[in-house]
Amino acid sequence: MKHSMLKYLAISAMVAALAACSSAVPLNDKPEVESKTGTAPGSGDGRAVPTVTPGNADPLNDPQGVLAKRSVYFDYDSYTVKSEYRELVQNHAKYLLANPNRKVVVQGNTDERGGAEYNLALGQRRADAVKTLMLALGVKEGQIETVSLGKEKPKATGSNEAAWAENRRSDIVYQ
Amino acid sequence: MNYANTLMHSIPNTALWGRIRRVAYAALATFALMALSNTANAQLKIDITGVGANQIAFSAAPFQGNQGLPEDIKKIIEDDLVRSGFFRSINTTSNVDLNEATLIDPTAWKSIGVDALIVGSVKKLPDGRLDLRFNLHDTAQQKSLGKFSYVIAQSALRLTAHKIADYVYEKMLGEKGVFATRLAYVEKAPGRYRLIIADADGANPQVALASKEPIISPSWSPDGTQLAYVSFETRKPVVFVHTLATGRRKALANFKGSNSAPAWSSKGEKIAVVLTKDGGSQIFSMGADGSGLNRLTNGNGINTEPAYSHDGQSIYFTSDRGGGPQIYRMSTNGSNASRVTFEGGYNISPRISPDDKILTYVTRREGQFRIAVLDLAGGTEMLLTSTGREESPSFSPNGRYILYATRSGGKGTLAVVSKDGRIKYTLSSSGADISEPTWGPFLND
Repeated sequence: MKHSMLKYLAISAMVAALAACSSAVPLNDKPEVESKTGTAPGSGDGRAVPTVTPGNADPLNDPQGVLAKRSVYFDYDSYTVKSEYRELVQNHAKYLLANPNRKVVVQGNTDERGGAEYNLALGQRRADAVKTLMLALGVKEGQIETVSLGKEKPKATGSNEAAWAENRRSDIVYQ
Repeated sequence: MNYANTLMHSIPNTALWGRIRRVAYAALATFALMALSNTANAQLKIDITGVGANQIAFSAAPFQGNQGLPEDIKKIIEDDLVRSGFFRSINTTSNVDLNEATLIDPTAWKSIGVDALIVGSVKKLPDGRLDLRFNLHDTAQQKSLGKFSYVIAQSALRLTAHKIADYVYEKMLGEKGVFATRLAYVEKAPGRYRLIIADADGANPQVALASKEPIISPSWSPDGTQLAYVSFETRKPVVFVHTLATGRRKALANFKGSNSAPAWSSKGEKIAVVLTKDGGSQIFSMGADGSGLNRLTNGNGINTEPAYSHDGQSIYFTSDRGGGPQIYRMSTNGSNASRVTFEGGYNISPRISPDDKILTYVTRREGQFRIAVLDLAGGTEMLLTSTGREESPSFSPNGRYILYATRSGGKGTLAVVSKDGRIKYTLSSSGADISEPTWGPFLND
């Protein structure tokens, strides 16, 4: 029973892949979900199985993809997005442009040194710096909220440069 | 608080007496130190420099009838006075049989170095309440400075002992004591944050809010009945106002972005907050009920940590408009901002003394975060601490002390320094990680 099910799935997947190849639609575009279920319309036998095609998955969910990187790191007392993180922000900006219904919260963080409120404001500037870059790349303002966690939610504990560097960070969090 | 309070003696000009007394101390102090031991609370680390010769020597008798009650009245009074830095306890057994009614020989007490003798008794009344009496003798003036009777619930015993210590402090020094006031602070453990209200000596901690997310920036309403604070319970900073007696709370500022740094105006009718909804961190004021939001600062930079002056004219705040964070002052409508701090490249967390004359703040010098005070009229700055991880200073309501957070053994702890830097003590804690302390106002009763 189990084997026959697997076999059925494998065949369905091959059919779907072939159909995708033979069409004029690029692989990375949206899947034509409804025509690939492999079940006769209205059959209603409860055995319908939807096909998942790896090439058509949301790139946001690809752990190897460029969108998997969602943290921008900052220097001490600084809220300037360093050049090495511009591409990371651009990748997310492109995705948000292509998916205008998606929204993100950018969370700014700081290391533990200094006052809670000033760090909260500094974290806000770090979040805003990422937002400003995204807006410049055409992302709609309504897609981004920036908040600060200041020094209150450290990812790395410890009072050393490695922990501090890890905590001077803005995270792009999809809603 | 339900207590009767009867002043039976008129009080002379104690400020004048303080001056006369001080001349006599220098001579007496040597004798007193040689003859008798100085009892300080062993658990409390008190570091006092430069006031020794001016300390008032006192002797507190055991309160008759205290045995069997949950608090040791004499010990609470004694610990309060010693911790203040202005008193030292004379340890003697000659006071054990005294109470508020005993006729004492002032000359004999003075001859063994005692300037102030505190005696009293406590008696259980048929209805379960306590009749607590005390008498403060000034041996130099050879008279009583006040004789009181308090009828109190047993639960108010500790608070009443603090009030007696406040009375002694005020009569002997000519300024109000702060022993009966309260502190608020945050206790942190992994995944657990608690907003604590404790007595000024750190005892009697009560949990006002227990949350899985961070809590920062508690701010007392001027009448001491409410706290505003920032809670991250919705995964972002939101300003709440919390009535302590009922536990009732509401979100005061919950706008898009971050909401933080609440501060009450001196009369309590307004609260300033910091919002990022319009870009940058901007200071707004609103009614304490959340009405009438009014933006006070502009620009894209950081404007935060508002603190109202007590005369109701100004707001001190932190801004990075000139580069690094510095402290500025503006009028309460946001006009006429001018820079106040110029030493060092990082000055944050301003609080103004009750007389509006001294500013305290955190300054970073060579990577060390220290508590500083600035005499606003003269422009003289003094650094009061040196351990390097200090935060969150606030004045005691009499303006004498500054409470702040520091680090000890890898954990946050509470410490107090007098505004002249001469008296320092740490408040013993349960070993918890403590931050964000703020000293509450005088009790209104």
